[in-house]
Amino acid sequence: MFKYYLQLAVHSLKRYPVLTGLMVLAIAVGIGASMTTLTVMHLLSGNPMPGKSGKLFYAQVDADTDNSYPHKDPLDMLDYRSAMDLWSAHKADRQTLIIDSSVKVVAPDSQLPPLMRTMLSTTSDFFPMFDVPFQYGQAWTAEQGQRHARVAVISAALNRKLFGGANSVGRTLRIRGADVRIVGVLAQWRPSPVFYKVVGGRFGAATNGRFYGDTEDVMMPVGTGIDLNDGHFEPFTCWDLPEHAGHLTHAGCAWVGLWVQLDSPAKVTAYHEFLTHYAQQQKQLGRFTHTDVRLRDLMQWLTFNQVVPPDVKLQTSLAFAFLLICLFNTVGLLLAKFLRRSGEIGLRRALGATRASVFAQCLVEAGLVGVLGGIGGWVLTLVGLWAVRQQPVAYANLAHMDLSMFALTFLLSVLVAVLAGALPAARASRTAPALHLKTL
Amino acid sequence: MQIQPILAALRRHRLATLLITLQIALACAVLSNASFLISQRISRMHAPSGVDNAQLAEVSVEGFAPDQASNVNARMLAMLRGTAGVSSAALINAVPFGDPAANAGIKLDPSEQGTHGVMHFYVGGPGAFQALGLKVVEGRAPQAGDYQPVADFTPKQAPVVITRALATSLWPQGHPLGKSIWIGSRRFRVIGVVKGLIRPAPFTSSNRPAQGSIFVPGQPGPQLVGRYLIRVATGQMDSVLERVRKAVRQMGPQVVLDEAQTASVESLHSSYFQTDRSMVALLLGVVAALLLVTALGMVGLASFWVSQRTRQIGVRRALGATQGAILRYFQTENLLIVSAGIALGVVMAFALNVLLMQYYEVPRLPLGYLPVGALALWLLGQLAVLSPALRASRVPPVVATRSV
Repeated sequence: MFKYYLQLAVHSLKRYPVLTGLMVLAIAVGIGASMTTLTVMHLLSGNPMPGKSGKLFYAQVDADTDNSYPHKDPLDMLDYRSAMDLWSAHKADRQTLIIDSSVKVVAPDSQLPPLMRTMLSTTSDFFPMFDVPFQYGQAWTAEQGQRHARVAVISAALNRKLFGGANSVGRTLRIRGADVRIVGVLAQWRPSPVFYKVVGGRFGAATNGRFYGDTEDVMMPVGTGIDLNDGHFEPFTCWDLPEHAGHLTHAGCAWVGLWVQLDSPAKVTAYHEFLTHYAQQQKQLGRFTHTDVRLRDLMQWLTFNQVVPPDVKLQTSLAFAFLLICLFNTVGLLLAKFLRRSGEIGLRRALGATRASVFAQCLVEAGLVGVLGGIGGWVLTLVGLWAVRQQPVAYANLAHMDLSMFALTFLLSVLVAVLAGALPAARASRTAPALHLKTL
Repeated sequence: MQIQPILAALRRHRLATLLITLQIALACAVLSNASFLISQRISRMHAPSGVDNAQLAEVSVEGFAPDQASNVNARMLAMLRGTAGVSSAALINAVPFGDPAANAGIKLDPSEQGTHGVMHFYVGGPGAFQALGLKVVEGRAPQAGDYQPVADFTPKQAPVVITRALATSLWPQGHPLGKSIWIGSRRFRVIGVVKGLIRPAPFTSSNRPAQGSIFVPGQPGPQLVGRYLIRVATGQMDSVLERVRKAVRQMGPQVVLDEAQTASVESLHSSYFQTDRSMVALLLGVVAALLLVTALGMVGLASFWVSQRTRQIGVRRALGATQGAILRYFQTENLLIVSAGIALGVVMAFALNVLLMQYYEVPRLPLGYLPVGALALWLLGQLAVLSPALRASRVPPVVATRSV
């Protein structure tokens, strides 16, 4: 029966090619716009650490002693002392510090001019905690971190630039004038967003596309990083300005991030208590004035920071409003189409077709329009994503369609068409057999 | 033209009429909001910067040790001033549309709760104020004695020049000269007001006004180093920047040129508003597609009605209706439907605006955008219905005699 309906549908669509074309075009354009924006949304709101994100937490305490504003939430980063206290307590399964700064990099045995690159000062837990892939060598050891060893891990991109992609483990880099030995080279790694350094998203969400940029090119132990680059650190914010800009270890500035891995709910509770206890203790010591703490898991932290830029959300809602208009349009056109065939439908009814079978026949036709619209929509989505990739935004080169989005394109278009077809089909199936036979 | 028969005919096609009305209403709502968003973005792009974008450029170097600051400043300034086409060069911490350097919440009284918004502090060395070409409207420009050493990001206290917009918002009753602005314990006394100076990254958030700029004179040194403002003769920008890049490369490995921040204010402006430009293009695309789809819907439905009513049209023609009367019938019908759609659309436009205001930083929709959307849809409707209506008007009266 379905095959017969399909034949009827093809026949009917061929009979009015212009009307069919209009409907397919409307669905294709609507689907193209919605799927392009939805794909961008999908890749921006995805989980950068699937399977593990529930175990990773961002710890916040409030060291800011400035009481002239309401402390609704602790600052996005920690001051150096709180960060070191919490990290060295080793109360979590794994814990790592995040400090970003920019450094001057020279490869002494190459002819390249000095480069300015971003440096991540972190701890050895960073690599296993965030499943960072290595191409050559490995991370530094905790012991090397402890004694501020002059070691570094570099990104695949920097390795290509300086060493042509060869195994550079054991070679030397000159960072701010000091020689550092390369112990590891990362394989291609591009978490999106670069979740571990997401901060401050709630202030000026318009620029949150920046969270989808590249990872750092040089990674070094925290102690080594501070030894070599002191004077070049930029604070997230300060409540007590440092005497010398860039030297933040003793200043009232927030500039260090702390991530912890907690493998069970009990440990999460325990860690939260530990943070609260620490804040209260610091208040007693007179260093803190607020005891508010936060322990958000990875996805909560990303949501809190509004990592999906509002422009992208606006585009998506606009595209769906547009799809809704296309839907109304298709309903109108299908209605016109089915009612125009009243005579034919009346004849089928008179010959014994039930209302249900007329309804089903009309829906099959609508579904076929949906499939055709889906193909058009898929092509338009590919064009749309190509257009997104031409934009100068940090996430541009991530804009590709994956299998789930491909499937969703067709699902959505058939759904839209069937939804659009339901009302006209119901109307058509109510055609009285006798009335229309008269006019044939 | 009688409206009664048209309404009677529409009553027989209630569903189709309702659908097309709803489609027009939605189109009207999206159209007014989209055109509002477009004009908002465009007006941002054209917001006056207060300086001459085409003649100013930023040159930025990094990579040197802090103790080399005075050496780097001396060499860079000498190089820049010696470059052909550069009329002046000075130290500055940021330029309009470049990277912001010093944002801070300000108070009018150190004991005050809360701030009067986050302003940007432009710290400039001797000559920077003149190179920017700012127009003083009240008070005076910084003088030789006003330049003090920079501690961290601004001098600990300093005379400052603010924009007129900022002066009006801080002291609505006037007389800003001599008043003080505070960041923590740092005190800045207003000595002058300029016509306008946009902050480096304007329009990011509502508590950071675009004209929220404060110019602070500062002495070049370890905390004011590496960023330079140059004023270039008309038409020589590209060649001057090329010469500067080459000269910095020749200064040896001590300094590294910051490529992204070495550009004319005009090109920084252009890259700063790149995302707004693509948003405008996208919105225009949506508006065009929307008008197209709505027009197609109206053409489709009108064609269907014409073909369905061929016989009735024939009868009317046989009874004496002119071609013009038939044409006007369909035009009036369309006008009625579109008007109903617009009436509903106006309500939906405000509802959509309220929704947008809730989730994004969008201001209230001004009433002026509604007639624009309405007019566009009326015109579109008349255009869409023209061809089916002309076809209807050409139905010969003889059709009435066929197989009634």
